[in-house]
Amino acid sequence: MQWETVIGLEIHAQLATKSKIFSASSTDFGAEPNTQANAVDLGMPGVLPVLNREAVHMAIKFALATDAEIGKRSVFARKNYFYPDLPKGYQISQMSLPIVGKGAVEVTLDDGTTKTIGLTRAHLEEDAGKSVHDAYHGQTGVDLNRAGTPLLEIVSEPDMRSAKEAVAYARKIHSIVRYIDICDGNMQEGSFRCDANVSVRMAGDDKLGTRAEIKNVNSFRFLERAINFEVERQIDIIEGGGEVVQETRLYDADNDETRSMRSKEEANDYRYFPDPDLLPVEVEQSLIDELQKTLPELPETRKARFVDELKLPEYDASVLTADKATADFFEATIAASGATPKLASTWVTGELFSRLNKAGLELTGSPVNAERFSGLLARIQDNTISGKIGKQILDQMWDSTASADEIIEKEGLKQISDSSEIEKMIDDVIEANPSQLEEYRAGKEKLLAFFVGQVMKASRGKANPAQLNEMLRKKLKG
Amino acid sequence: MAVDEKTVAQVAHLARLSIDENRVTEYADEMSKVLALAETMNDINTDNVEPMAHPTHAVQRLREDKVTETSQREAFQQCAPSVEEGYYLVPQVIE
Repeated sequence: MQWETVIGLEIHAQLATKSKIFSASSTDFGAEPNTQANAVDLGMPGVLPVLNREAVHMAIKFALATDAEIGKRSVFARKNYFYPDLPKGYQISQMSLPIVGKGAVEVTLDDGTTKTIGLTRAHLEEDAGKSVHDAYHGQTGVDLNRAGTPLLEIVSEPDMRSAKEAVAYARKIHSIVRYIDICDGNMQEGSFRCDANVSVRMAGDDKLGTRAEIKNVNSFRFLERAINFEVERQIDIIEGGGEVVQETRLYDADNDETRSMRSKEEANDYRYFPDPDLLPVEVEQSLIDELQKTLPELPETRKARFVDELKLPEYDASVLTADKATADFFEATIAASGATPKLASTWVTGELFSRLNKAGLELTGSPVNAERFSGLLARIQDNTISGKIGKQILDQMWDSTASADEIIEKEGLKQISDSSEIEKMIDDVIEANPSQLEEYRAGKEKLLAFFVGQVMKASRGKANPAQLNEMLRKKLKG
Repeated sequence: MAVDEKTVAQVAHLARLSIDENRVTEYADEMSKVLALAETMNDINTDNVEPMAHPTHAVQRLREDKVTETSQREAFQQCAPSVEEGYYLVPQVIE
């Protein structure tokens, strides 16, 4: 039987405002419990919500970045349900008139093909607090610091057909919100959360199967695993003659499985109605125009420019532009070092990234900043040092504050490109290895590497490799 | 639309209201009457009427994104039945 997977994602992006969406409490992460929960956040009697301008602006920026319709008049609604981390008994959200309407993003898949994923809508809402279970002798502890933090809930169309497509889409949205600086994207701290609606159906079927909503996924890797697990589970149920139940399931990363949370049939009677405490939000065209001007070059455009103008391969361009900090670092490096884009790309995505990964660091926390990194690339570009020596120098720069030039000077690492000097070293090596020379001349050409190695060693790694190779070949021929 | 006893129980549950079992029929009857009254509005043609989100024809004023609140945890927690280490404690919620 041929099964088709259908996935839609709901992404909650915490907006990077200083204060909450309806109150002037701080949104900083990690404060002592309940020290950032004021009367509005606690739902005290008599308080009124006042909407944060920045949250509205951020939602509009997102619409502009995803070619989405902008709700010129949007309305806040109350979503009613009871849970201890929701003190008012309702969450202020948007229902029929969201601030962001239909849009689309293009994602690049592993095989290099692209696919357009539709956005249904994105709306502003407030986050709930956090509950701590099991820590207080049979009671639940509630921390309301997060209550009222602005969220943009981004809802996709059910356009994805595999876990990989879902991850590509989630990464794309992640990249966009970070580019336009509306969300820090920190998945561990919950600033960027993905819920996946997953269903399966017979290939060619028009009707969607019954879906399960998967929550509690805090990394892209887990998103892929959770969806794959869920797809298998649903296929097993149907092939075993059963029926998939519409429900919310939690992903358990430790056991790599999803587990039923509660039946959604009863719970989803949220009785939405317009919030009488808040007036409709109107967005003027002049504001949209103004915000349009503040948008940076977006990943797609920047990638195209890297390919067209910098002549970078498609793959390098997508790696370098996936994250704004990386693309900025890369451009600063080529501007300051005079290195070719390809050389800079190889060094950023190769040597720099592998060292960062090993150290578990983000680019923003790199011990070697763009300025020092440029200093190193400049010396590789102008042949002062070889790439091999460059790697050694980068290691030394990693653990110090020295510049590449300082290290080259101090360690005497300057590349030897003086042909007479190289020639002398070649002569010495040939003279010291007469039997290898004979074998080489008798046709054992693999020995070239041996000679290269010997001369390199004699130069302490400093001989210009291209020059050395060329001169050595000539000399060996006799 | 007539409200039956099952709906009364469901609405009460959603609103976490405790109701007198003996009066469920009476509530169903009263709620049906209220809804019938509201239903008379269905006779009005509203094709060209914009839905009203708020009775005043005003738009939302926006606040500058500034933190002006400081912690008043002590004061707020005085009216909480139970607190520990800064947390509000509530009966165990099982997910």
